Amino acid sequence: MSSLSRDEVAKLAGLARIEMTEEELVNLSSQFGMILDAVARVQEVDLTGVKATSHPQPLENVARPDVVLPSLSPQDALSGAPAQEESRFRVPQILGEAE
Amino acid sequence: MIRKSAVEMAGALAKGETTSVELTQAHLDRITAVDGQVKAFLHVDAEGALAQAKSVDARRKSGEKLSPLAGIPLALKDVLAQKGVPTTAGSKILEGWRPPYDSTVVSKLKDAGVVIMGKTNMDEFAMGSSTENSGYGPTFNPWDLTRTPGGSSGGSAAAVSSFEAPLAIGSDTGGSIRQPAALTGIVGVRPTYGAVSRFGLIAYSSSLDQAGPFGRTVLDTALLHEVMAGHDPKDATSINAPVPAVVAGAKSGDVKGMKIGVIKQLQGEGYQKGVQARFDESLQVLASLGAEIVEVDCPSFEYALAAYYLIAPSECSSNLARFDAMRYGLRTGDVNGASAEAVMSATRDAGFGREVKRRIILGTYALSSGYYDAYYGSAQKIRTLIIQDYAKAFTKADVLVSPTAPTTAYKIGEKVDDPMAMYLGDVATIPVNLAGICGMSLPAGLAEEDNLPVGFQIMAPAMQDHRLYQAGAALEAALLSKWGAPILDKAPALGGSK
Repeated sequence: MSSLSRDEVAKLAGLARIEMTEEELVNLSSQFGMILDAVARVQEVDLTGVKATSHPQPLENVARPDVVLPSLSPQDALSGAPAQEESRFRVPQILGEAE
Repeated sequence: MIRKSAVEMAGALAKGETTSVELTQAHLDRITAVDGQVKAFLHVDAEGALAQAKSVDARRKSGEKLSPLAGIPLALKDVLAQKGVPTTAGSKILEGWRPPYDSTVVSKLKDAGVVIMGKTNMDEFAMGSSTENSGYGPTFNPWDLTRTPGGSSGGSAAAVSSFEAPLAIGSDTGGSIRQPAALTGIVGVRPTYGAVSRFGLIAYSSSLDQAGPFGRTVLDTALLHEVMAGHDPKDATSINAPVPAVVAGAKSGDVKGMKIGVIKQLQGEGYQKGVQARFDESLQVLASLGAEIVEVDCPSFEYALAAYYLIAPSECSSNLARFDAMRYGLRTGDVNGASAEAVMSATRDAGFGREVKRRIILGTYALSSGYYDAYYGSAQKIRTLIIQDYAKAFTKADVLVSPTAPTTAYKIGEKVDDPMAMYLGDVATIPVNLAGICGMSLPAGLAEEDNLPVGFQIMAPAMQDHRLYQAGAALEAALLSKWGAPILDKAPALGGSK
């Protein structure tokens, strides 16, 4: 029986940048054992020598001629921004406390 | 008029018996009459639809040669960006967002003169199988309003089955077109991966996602497939090859000598009795039309569900990192010099629903160092085995078949607290996505025990989508003559109207 403790869920939520209430952490922790047991079935199969598939089609790099094509105007690109200033996205502080 | 097929509607438009404005208005009236009960739409763009219809009517009047679906109304899953029209993917984190561009699918619809009436409800970011995970409340199954229409494209399926629209677009990552089509008694196709551009399709799991058509008949669905498919330089995974002859396939409807493989692992135990009975009956019908029925063995399919619920959450945990409260969508907690990281975390808590959070956390776990090989790595190898099983099966059969879903539509709320029970509903549809091939669900009749629709799934190799339509059209015609009337005639009346 797999399990994931409340603290482990809290760590993952931190990595995924999702604030969670105590109730959510406890709930997820209690559901995870069952879900992990189900997905861990992939380990029941002997996979020695089997190649991994990351994508269903053979992928090759796609390039286009290096010519300028029309794209979104700055106004359009900013149209959904929660906050903007001087034709730029305005973001909260990213370098710690301002002194 | 609204109960007719898109092909019949197109015929009436061509003959001048009706106009696109009239046809669009009739569907908008239907939406007004019944959508309070069905709740298929998140946003109805009546003004935009009527303007589009008027322009198609003018072009027709001027003698312009139009595409076969010009002037036909359609419902669009809210996962596809449409310029200037609210697009949410069923999530509160995108509430009020109006994309500054059209997805390629929308551009193609507009070029073909298809009238887009509005955006349909879905499980948030297409994560779910019942449309109950929408941030805006569930959609209800027109066959029984206490039941789910399936999902994640439940809004689109419910719109078509309740005659709010003759055609709709969905997306299918693990069965999200085929399963709701099955549960609402209509036709739905997941095209080959790479056949329809993903540009402007809000990503859930990029190696599995594919948009596709819904209709009430196989031929209607083929016509929409042809409009939306084709190579797109804006999508690096788009296949640069001609669109398979899906319309010709639907028109031929001949299965004489076709080899149809029944997948041993996708039937029997775990499948509702009435679902299995309708499936077996459809097989007999196909045999009576001259198809050769063979059994095929796909042993790795037993692990498909487990592989899917590692691969899809892993990809989603990465894809949904873009919802960072900086460039579009919701931002909360931006007060008193809060850090970008704190704002991001507060916004993602407020904006994402619990299934989305569950999958992001699961994906984050599966990709984390120390667990990567055991979970994500193994899942990718299972994916290889599933591709090999299909390859082997397709040496014995032209198409493969199974029931689309193990049960008929279940009650709203029945599985909402039991994620594993919900995930099991995708057991028959997921292998197609993992292998990147194509699949169709079409109505096989009603289950005896509950009088609810059952779906028959057909699968074909990559870029052989026309085979789905060929076999589907044959079965559809034979069942229609057996039933005497389309299956949707048996659905109850909604909103006091027939």
